[in-house]
Amino acid sequence: MSAAISVRTPSRQALFTGDLPLSIATGAAVLVIIAMLVVILLEVAKGGAGTVSWAFLSTAPSKGGLAGGIWPAIYGTVFLVLIMTIAAVPVGAATAIYLHEYARADALLTRLVRTAVANLAGVPSIVFGLFGVGFFIETIGSGIDTAFYGGSLFYGKPAIIWAALTLALLTLPVVIVATEEALRAIPREHREGSLALGATRWQTIARVILPQAVPGILTGSILAISRGAGEVAPILFTGAAYYLPFLPAHPTDQFMHLGYHVFVLATQSPDVNAALPNLNATVLVLLVMTFILNITAIIIRARVRARLRG
Amino acid sequence: MIAILSIILIFLFVGRKALPVFTSERVRQTASVREFFTHNGETPQGEPTYIWQPVSEHPKYSFIPLIIGTLKATIVAMLVSVPLALLAALYTTEFAPRRLREYIKPTIELLAGIPSVVLGFFALVVLATWLQRVFRFEMRLNAVVAGCALGLAIIPVVYTVAEDTLTAVPRALREASLALGATRSQTLLRVILPAALPGVFAGIVLGFGRAIGETMVVLMASGNASIVSGNLADSIRTMTASIAAELAEVVYGSAHYHTLFAIGALLFVITFIINFFGDIIVGRINTRMRGTAQ
Repeated sequence: MSAAISVRTPSRQALFTGDLPLSIATGAAVLVIIAMLVVILLEVAKGGAGTVSWAFLSTAPSKGGLAGGIWPAIYGTVFLVLIMTIAAVPVGAATAIYLHEYARADALLTRLVRTAVANLAGVPSIVFGLFGVGFFIETIGSGIDTAFYGGSLFYGKPAIIWAALTLALLTLPVVIVATEEALRAIPREHREGSLALGATRWQTIARVILPQAVPGILTGSILAISRGAGEVAPILFTGAAYYLPFLPAHPTDQFMHLGYHVFVLATQSPDVNAALPNLNATVLVLLVMTFILNITAIIIRARVRARLRG
Repeated sequence: MIAILSIILIFLFVGRKALPVFTSERVRQTASVREFFTHNGETPQGEPTYIWQPVSEHPKYSFIPLIIGTLKATIVAMLVSVPLALLAALYTTEFAPRRLREYIKPTIELLAGIPSVVLGFFALVVLATWLQRVFRFEMRLNAVVAGCALGLAIIPVVYTVAEDTLTAVPRALREASLALGATRSQTLLRVILPAALPGVFAGIVLGFGRAIGETMVVLMASGNASIVSGNLADSIRTMTASIAAELAEVVYGSAHYHTLFAIGALLFVITFIINFFGDIIVGRINTRMRGTAQ
């Protein structure tokens, strides 16, 4: 402790001689970034706050999105993200548990899986979209149709299930990384204590490790959901619709989506200025949704990290 | 397992759809790999031009305008984001009071939580107007507008990796330098930064990969005109935006369809290589830092 203090004192003095320019320059950069964030939030809030109302949230769009609300887009986004979560979280958590609890860190296979996860996170989202078309729709979907429906079109077309599975692949790395971080935070003694008491490896994982890893899995899931709710590129061709007169009920239905609705209103609308109020309001709803999710995840993660340090 | 499998599957299935540009005689008649990377037209003055014009009587498929468009947007994005992100990372690790540090990081991470379609919207509706007023652009949507919005998207990527490496620089190095009488700035520039340089570089590389692959921002804010020029004030059309804009209307199995998958495969390969090297650098640093810390 005393060492740390004796190091700090001279540098405090130096702050007024040599360190000022650099600390101002770097501090200014932080301010600029935060200012940009604030500007975006303010612009969106200013433009959208007047239009968001209960009626806006609960009715369907009319006149090509110029009037009416966004209920089908909210419904579609939630439905989509729900299927995605059911697909991504168990697989992601299982992969993380395998990587951290079973696999040997230096084994070739482990390294391969890790590289694959890291690279999966870097694949452009539009390429996921292409993959969704090439694999899910044209291979699996068409395969199901030929095998069970005599070739008539049910699964071999854009559908909410294919969009959700495409997103699940995209968000898999998020879940894996967050779960692994939580697993790393669990003290070795807990594992060894459990094993020493005669528990099997699986019992240790199921009753000691997993309960403690729940916050991490939760963080990963929330981040994945927030990412899934905001990504538009992968769902462009795998299931999102400009406008649907009904709410999706079956996995093969198409769906409306908040992000896609923003894209459509901003770029495909014949009169963008007329669409602006509803456009701003949709952006605001989307942003509030993803921000609530992100902030929740950040808070949970901060707690996990605090435990890791303590 | 599934992670490896999905990487392989993605490569296989995007690759398979792209394959006809090499193999199918029919596709190659209208879109050949040679055409993708060479000039396919001439100006009245007889100079070679590169044209991406997939929907016309004589479709032209040169990737060059798209690659140039992608590079222009990416370069602007890097110019905007790298200095800001690095300086901010330095402030967070070196100068910020401890309490403040705990708030700066999550706030910048929050930027990563903004969906790219929202950034695209912001660039299209707000930023484009502002920038046009300041720089008097002829075209409202251009490489600068798209690049600035793209920069916002990759600031958190560069920042996070750089901040992680800077934090990982062993305390002993820092304290030794301070104990020898160096100021914080001297320590930072001569000791910490050199030690963390590979990590900072990795952050830039990963940010670059992200910028190349980002779709919605450039689709909405770049103008989507495939112009070959060195002028940043011209509209651009990027590789990602071309796929996004054209795949929905394309005829299944046509030359155009397979060409779009070929762009996808090319993007996949480029980002795969970039990420691969980025990760190798990050991995090395982690091992090295752990080595020196003990």
